Amino acid sequence: MKIVADSPPVLTALDRPNSYIGRAVPRPNLHRLTQGRGQYVSDVNLPRMAHVAFLRTPHAHARIVSIDTGAAKKSPGVIAVVTGAELAKVMTPWVGVLTHLKGLKSAQQYPIAVDRACWQGEAVCAVVAKSRAQAEDACELIDIAYEELPPVVDVELALDGQTPVIHAELGDNLCFERKLDVGEVDKALAGADAVVETTFMFGRHTGVTNEPRSIVADWNEGDRRLTVYQGTQAPHMMQNLFAKHLDLAEHQVRVLTKDVGGSFGIKVHCYADEMATVALAKLLKRPVKFVADRIESFVTDIHARDHRIKAKIGVTRDGTITAFEIDDLTGIGPYSVYPRTSGIEANQVVNLVGGPYTCPNYRAQTRVVFQNKNVMCQYRAVGHPIAVAVTEGLVELAAARIGMDPLELRRRNLFPDDGYPAQSASGLKFEQLSHHEALAHLDGMMNYAGLRAEQAELRKKGIYRGIGFASFIEVTNPSAAFYGVGGAKITSQDGATVKLDPQGTLTLQSGVTEQGQGTESVLAQVVATSFGISMDKVRIVLGDTDATPYGGGTWASRAAGIGGEAAWQAGKALRDNVLAVAGAMLQAKPEALDIRDGIVVDKANGAERLPLTELARVAYFRPDTLPPGFQAELVATRHYVPRGWPFAFTNGIQASYLEVDTDTGFVKLLRHWCVEDCGTIINPQLVNEQIRGGVVQGIGAALFEQCLYDERGQMMNGNMADYLVPMAGEMPDIDCGHVVSPTADSELGAKGAGEAGTAGAPACIMNAINDALRPLGAQPLTDMPFTPGKILRALGKV
Amino acid sequence: MKPAPFAYHKAASLADAIALLGQHSDARLLAGGQSLIATLNMRLSAPTLLIDINGIAGLAEIAVQDRAGKSFVEIGALVRHAQAERSDLIARHAPLIARAMPFIAHPAIRTRGTLGGSIAFADPAAEMPACLLALDGEVDAQGPDGKSTIKAADYFQGLYETALGSQDVLTGFRVPAADKDSRFGFAELARRHGDYAIVGLAASARAHGAGLADVRLAFFGVGNTPLRAEKSEAALAAGDIEAAVAALDLDPHDDIQATPEVKKHLAGVLLRRVAAQLMEAR
Amino acid sequence: MAELIMDITLTVNGEPVSERVEARKTLVDFVRDDLGLTGSHVGCEHGVCGACTMRVDGEIVRGCLMLAVQCDGATVETIEGLSDQGEVADLQAAFEQRNALQCGFCTPGMVTAAQAILLQAKASGTVPSREEIREHISGNYCRCTGYHAIVDAVETVAKARAGAKA
Repeated sequence: MKIVADSPPVLTALDRPNSYIGRAVPRPNLHRLTQGRGQYVSDVNLPRMAHVAFLRTPHAHARIVSIDTGAAKKSPGVIAVVTGAELAKVMTPWVGVLTHLKGLKSAQQYPIAVDRACWQGEAVCAVVAKSRAQAEDACELIDIAYEELPPVVDVELALDGQTPVIHAELGDNLCFERKLDVGEVDKALAGADAVVETTFMFGRHTGVTNEPRSIVADWNEGDRRLTVYQGTQAPHMMQNLFAKHLDLAEHQVRVLTKDVGGSFGIKVHCYADEMATVALAKLLKRPVKFVADRIESFVTDIHARDHRIKAKIGVTRDGTITAFEIDDLTGIGPYSVYPRTSGIEANQVVNLVGGPYTCPNYRAQTRVVFQNKNVMCQYRAVGHPIAVAVTEGLVELAAARIGMDPLELRRRNLFPDDGYPAQSASGLKFEQLSHHEALAHLDGMMNYAGLRAEQAELRKKGIYRGIGFASFIEVTNPSAAFYGVGGAKITSQDGATVKLDPQGTLTLQSGVTEQGQGTESVLAQVVATSFGISMDKVRIVLGDTDATPYGGGTWASRAAGIGGEAAWQAGKALRDNVLAVAGAMLQAKPEALDIRDGIVVDKANGAERLPLTELARVAYFRPDTLPPGFQAELVATRHYVPRGWPFAFTNGIQASYLEVDTDTGFVKLLRHWCVEDCGTIINPQLVNEQIRGGVVQGIGAALFEQCLYDERGQMMNGNMADYLVPMAGEMPDIDCGHVVSPTADSELGAKGAGEAGTAGAPACIMNAINDALRPLGAQPLTDMPFTPGKILRALGKV
Repeated sequence: MKPAPFAYHKAASLADAIALLGQHSDARLLAGGQSLIATLNMRLSAPTLLIDINGIAGLAEIAVQDRAGKSFVEIGALVRHAQAERSDLIARHAPLIARAMPFIAHPAIRTRGTLGGSIAFADPAAEMPACLLALDGEVDAQGPDGKSTIKAADYFQGLYETALGSQDVLTGFRVPAADKDSRFGFAELARRHGDYAIVGLAASARAHGAGLADVRLAFFGVGNTPLRAEKSEAALAAGDIEAAVAALDLDPHDDIQATPEVKKHLAGVLLRRVAAQLMEAR
Repeated sequence: MAELIMDITLTVNGEPVSERVEARKTLVDFVRDDLGLTGSHVGCEHGVCGACTMRVDGEIVRGCLMLAVQCDGATVETIEGLSDQGEVADLQAAFEQRNALQCGFCTPGMVTAAQAILLQAKASGTVPSREEIREHISGNYCRCTGYHAIVDAVETVAKARAGAKA
């Protein structure tokens, strides 16, 4: 374990000549993106392509009495007007459950609502036309008679027995519940010197990917194949779902994913309107394009968070945390989202609360209820921002209560760095974490003592600055424990195929995908290093179910750790294959040779023996010159799945320094720090930018973002003027630091880094605001987002 | 999210635009379009005809002119925010407007958006209507019955409602040119830079000895129109900032951003801050 | 006369273009759908995200808040044109070096917007501060980077250009 700066030295375990591991090399695929020459699905244009627009219900809950499509069908440019009942004949419905989330239930969902619409924005009819504008024109001519039904909006009332049940066949509005009781919580709370109890509220968020969800589906009746261009994080998962619900074999479906304009977990789910688009292509035997517009994105892209958590912590005067207790309630819309379900976030909250700390006493309950709002599901850092805010919010409130420095309270309770493997109260298994080293690094990086002194000085002048921290753990590199064991066809393994081309260059095909994280760069760095060639001679192929090994895609911070390891191993395997050819050509022992910078060399002294260009020329065009019986194998495939641990946990700590204008309740972010341990760092720049982007996404949650619904289940701020995403003007500079504790489960030792920023930032901001306002006697703020109004109320000014 | 179909006509002259407004009751004028086109895209409005006035000559001028012995800054309807932002004349003679410009949206929007369009649209949370009111400016319009001039105090009539008739075209507006005794203040509170403010305040006054006279406070984002706070103006003129805050009698609506209580409180905070600006020497 | 469909003639990235377009078509839809210039992106269609930022008659605009028919006679420049002229080559290189883009969807608009402040700075002989850069790009939404790297890249180019000029 060692601390590394922004550009860590090459790591010894993986030290090969000309290694790219640990180097901040620029991503090879950026040039086309900076020039505007990427290909996003919204850019795809096919012959005979038609455009679909969906008519969406304005009601939160309504019976569809009748649909009159007569006028719409006559509208200029219209090719077809299709109702839910008509499309149900083409595509089967689905139910979003997983067997390992015991008791989780949901109702059948159709691509387009049949008989009943259950949230404002659910599609109730589709129009396919020559242009999107014409399809929208025709949507205005569809006459639907609705009978409004009472909507279930308030999660607190959803289970009261008086509130209507959304899906009568399910019996009640409870989707999922889980209880956990570990250690002796009551005794531990009774034995504490202080018990802090509060309620945390988390706003409903959505991802607001800059490119909305987009799909082009093309059914070719001639070869009976479906080609789907989709901005998805998981092409093979989607291939399975399209095939399954259209009653096709998987090999009849090809999913192509080129550039994706942001995902963050938004584009890893089965969306009814995208399924409908695919079904329409099959029905109409032509390409159909759907690009969600921003207004429909707000009411159909999955939402997330929206938890109410009553929470308690016990602490002794000497700073020992004695117990955590939480009672969580969340509403997830009318359906559990297929196929990952909408129980995972709540389940993660239960798993993760208290996670960095040795405290053995923990009680948790979560209830997940149905309601008539847009569906909720997994979004960047699933459950983490909630669990971290609850845990770290409690920790800092407890520190304040006993008058202990918040970092000191953490030092006394974090899992010790030399005590691994370890297990949390909730049963999470940790291979090797570095909480204390990360904390110490952060302390120095931010000059904590100096900031405290500055804070004290400024308070004398009536300037209220706050410092807040959040230690965290993050789930990465998920094994089959995440979804596979629950019966979903979501693979946790991933494959990489690498081949030596006739010109002596490499092509690597991988099942993980790129949505901007730098996947292509990571794979190219890894395979170039393990094989022994310069990165510019590596071509990466991703996002094509016809061409890539079967894989899970990119989500849950898995691409580098899992896809990277497969690529590492594939590169090694191909090196062995190539050295066998070289041995045959040179009449040398393959094990005495190596490949460095594209040249076969003597391993011992690096003397150049044979350029790969020559080796490939011979192997492909003059194999007759090779020894009899020798067959060159210039393709190698390797797969990898984490087996040693259910998840490769990472850890870290963040800090925020901010100033609250106590007159206006406005918060100015001054600086933000994050020290994180994601194991082996393949490319520090990519890791840092994942952290920075993630931090800002978390800041959005803490200060700005919330899907606001009224009592009728209408989203009130479903546009980008009213749903406030973080923009450049209000964001701070963010400093990153690292500790490196590689996982021994893979040779590469890389864990994920995609979600740590988002996991910790909201807690940090919350704690910093409360730190700033503490001398003013303000009621601690625990209800995100922290708007000026809430801060002014806490200060008693309104 | 594409606009419903509409016809487009690029007006050659004011007379042309006015005549078309008479023929098409649901026609809309297109100036900068930075609010209008967004509403068209979302099908929140669906006129059958857009009359583009951007080609009409003579509407994009900024000038300082004397009228009846007083000096005014004359701003044509098609003067764009970016143009005003760069204008020396605005900076020197209408510094309140210069101060407001950077708060309005973002550079790419200020390229197209017009000051006149903002006043014609009369969004109650926008900066320009409040500036016009604070400066006691007046609006020039032309309609089928000829030209008219409307005082700011009479111009803003309700939510997005102005004294402009259905066939009137706003051709420009004027504000008194600043002199050595002019004092101005501007502040707004928006969650993010360039957003519509939760509350904003544009103010003007005249230095009067050590104090202020002719104080005009125009709040925005707190009602259906920009609103004067006359009791507070009197208190400020009397030199009592706290009395001015206490005298604020705004009655803001609840909106997505803030409750009425929060808006009222913030209006008081802005009043203190703007009062301090007014009292500084120019 | 007022028409639902009109003929327009303009210059796009230096090339003369004559097309028949619906009056309701926005400039960004026109360059994407009719001209195949898909580097300008559609992110919100209500003027907030800035992904459609391009230049009309030398100044940056929202491509979703102008109509194609308004551009009759205009000079339009998109990211493809700016790239091919080499005008923003240093800025693009800085974005790549600094990883100031992830998914890249905002990047054409971001680069185009950033070039505007760099041109202003050059004209006034100044180097914009980080705060000024942040304010200038505050109308361009990026969900991926958190903006820090973008500010770094723009600042680097601002300094380099100022240095090169001196």
